[in-house]
Amino acid sequence: MTWPRLGCLLRDPLPWLATALVLLAWGMPWFKPLFAALFPELDRPLYEQESFAALLASHLAIVAASSALSLVVGVAAGLFVTRHAGREFRPLVETLVAIGQTVPPVAVLALAVPLIGFGALPALIALALYGLLPIVRATIAGIESVPRGVLEVADGLGLTQLQRLLRTELPLALPVLLAGVRSSVIINIGTAAIASTVGARTLGLPIIVGLAGFNTAYVLQGAVVVALVAVVVDLGFERLGSRWGRWRATV
Amino acid sequence: MIELREVGKSYGAVRAVDGVSLTIERAEFVVLIGASGSGKSTLLKMINRLVEHDQGMVLFQGAQIRTFKPEDLRRRMGYAIQSIGLFPHWTVAHNIATVPRLLGWPSERIAARVDDLLVLLDLEPALYRERYPHQLSGGQQQRVGVARALAADPEVLLMDEPFGALDPISRHALQNELVRIHTASRKTIVMVTHDVGEALRLATRIVLLDRGRIVQAGTPAQLLAHPADDFVREFFGGDELGLRLLALQPVAGRVQAGESAPGEPLPHTASLRDALAQFVSRRVSRLPVADATSGRVLGAIHFGDLLAPPPPP
Repeated sequence: MTWPRLGCLLRDPLPWLATALVLLAWGMPWFKPLFAALFPELDRPLYEQESFAALLASHLAIVAASSALSLVVGVAAGLFVTRHAGREFRPLVETLVAIGQTVPPVAVLALAVPLIGFGALPALIALALYGLLPIVRATIAGIESVPRGVLEVADGLGLTQLQRLLRTELPLALPVLLAGVRSSVIINIGTAAIASTVGARTLGLPIIVGLAGFNTAYVLQGAVVVALVAVVVDLGFERLGSRWGRWRATV
Repeated sequence: MIELREVGKSYGAVRAVDGVSLTIERAEFVVLIGASGSGKSTLLKMINRLVEHDQGMVLFQGAQIRTFKPEDLRRRMGYAIQSIGLFPHWTVAHNIATVPRLLGWPSERIAARVDDLLVLLDLEPALYRERYPHQLSGGQQQRVGVARALAADPEVLLMDEPFGALDPISRHALQNELVRIHTASRKTIVMVTHDVGEALRLATRIVLLDRGRIVQAGTPAQLLAHPADDFVREFFGGDELGLRLLALQPVAGRVQAGESAPGEPLPHTASLRDALAQFVSRRVSRLPVADATSGRVLGAIHFGDLLAPPPPP
C-alpha cells in the first residue's frame, strides 16, 4: 500500500467510527474506571444488567425488521400512486403521509401500546409506520424526477410497462429513494431507543433506566452508543449512494 | 408501408389532428413540418401508438396498427427524440443495445451491432462504448440516440425533432449522416421538424401541416416552385423562397459545356445558390465549373442560366 492511499484511509471517518462502535459495544466494562472517575457520586457507574453487545444486536434487529417492512410497503404504495391505475389515490396517500409526519414518534409508540400491548411487537409496528412516511414521499419524488423524455423513449422503443418501471424508472429514482430510506432508517435508529419505554429491548434501555434512577452514567453510555450507530449507518448509506449514482454528472 | 386514412385525434374540444390521409412508401424520407400546435408531433406518435388515433385508421405493412401489440409495433420502428431521451444510467453501448436486448439477441451479436453502429455514426467504439451520456457532447448524445433507433434494423425510423437542441454545426453534420444512412440503407424515415432548412435538405417528400390538416405535400422543389397558397409561400420563406429553390439545385444541370471563364472553378456539386453568391462577390457574370472529384473543367455557367437551363447546343 502506498502512502497517499494510507493517508486517505486514515482520513475516512467510517472505519474509525465503526471501530469505536464495536469497541464500546463489546468492551464497555473496560471503561468502568473512567465512568467511576467521571461520576464519583454513583454507586454503580456502569450499566451491567445486560451487555451492550446484546442490546446493540437487538436494537439493530428491530430497526432492520421495521425498516424492511416500511421499505416494502412504502415503495409499493409510492409506485402504486404513480402508476396510471393508482393515480386517483395519490392525493389521499400524500395527505396521509403529510399528517403522519406531523405526529411525533413518541406519540406513535404511546398509541401502539393500548392497541397491541407491551413488548417488541408494538415497537416494531410503530417504527415501521413512522418510517413509512419518508419512504413513500421519496418514492413519489424519485419517480417524478425521471425526465419525461426518458419515459417517452422507453415507451417509443417498445419497453412494456413493467420493463419501463424496472429498467428505467426505478434505477433513475434510486438516488432519491435511497435518500428517503436513509432518513427513514436514521429516524428509526433514534426512535428505537425510545421504544424501550414500551418494553422493547434496545440501546434505549440504559437511557430509560438511567433517567428513572438519576444515573447520568447509564444515560451517557446508552446515548453514545446509539449516536455512534446512527452516524455509522448514515455514513454507510452515503457510501452506497455514491456507488449507485456512478452515472450521474457529479464526480 | 405506412398508410394513414382520414386519421384524427382530439384533446377535449381541440382537434390536434383532423382527417389526415397520407401514404408513405418504402425508402421515402418524409418530413412533417409545421408551426407548433400544427399536430405534426401528434401525427408522428400515432404511427407507433404513443398517441392512439380516435378517428380513421392507420395501416402498417397492410395491417391495422391496432392489431399489433404496441410493444411489438414499436420494436419494429426505431424512435429518436431530442438528446434528453438517452437513459442516463446506462452506458452508450447499453443505450444502443436497448431494443436488441428486448428482442433477446445473443450478447455477441449485440456487441458486434453496437460497434458497427458506433462506427456508422462516427464515434470510435473503444473510446465511447463505456461512457455515460453525461460524458458526451450534445452532438455525440444525439448520434447515440440515432444509433439506438437503428439498432434492431427497424423497418421504419420515426424521429421527433431529433436535432432540435443542437448547435448549427453538429446539426449540419448529423443531417449529412442521416442522408448518408438513408441513401445507403433505403430505410423509410418519418421525421418531424419545424426547421424549414432541415426539411428542404433531408426530405424526399415534405408534408406541411397547419391546425391538424395537410396544407400541401410534395417534393421540396414542388413546394418551393408551386406553393399551393400564400400560407405555403410564407412558410417556406416568403422573399427567401427563390434563394431556397436555388439551394436545392446543383450547378451541374446548368453548365454550358466547352465554354470557359477566368477564375477559380466551382465544383459541379455546388448549388445554384452558391453560384449566385460567387457571381455577386466576384462581380462577374460567368464562372468556370469543374468536376468536384477530378478537378477537370467541365465548362462555364452564365448568370442568366440561374433562371433556366441553357438551350441545347
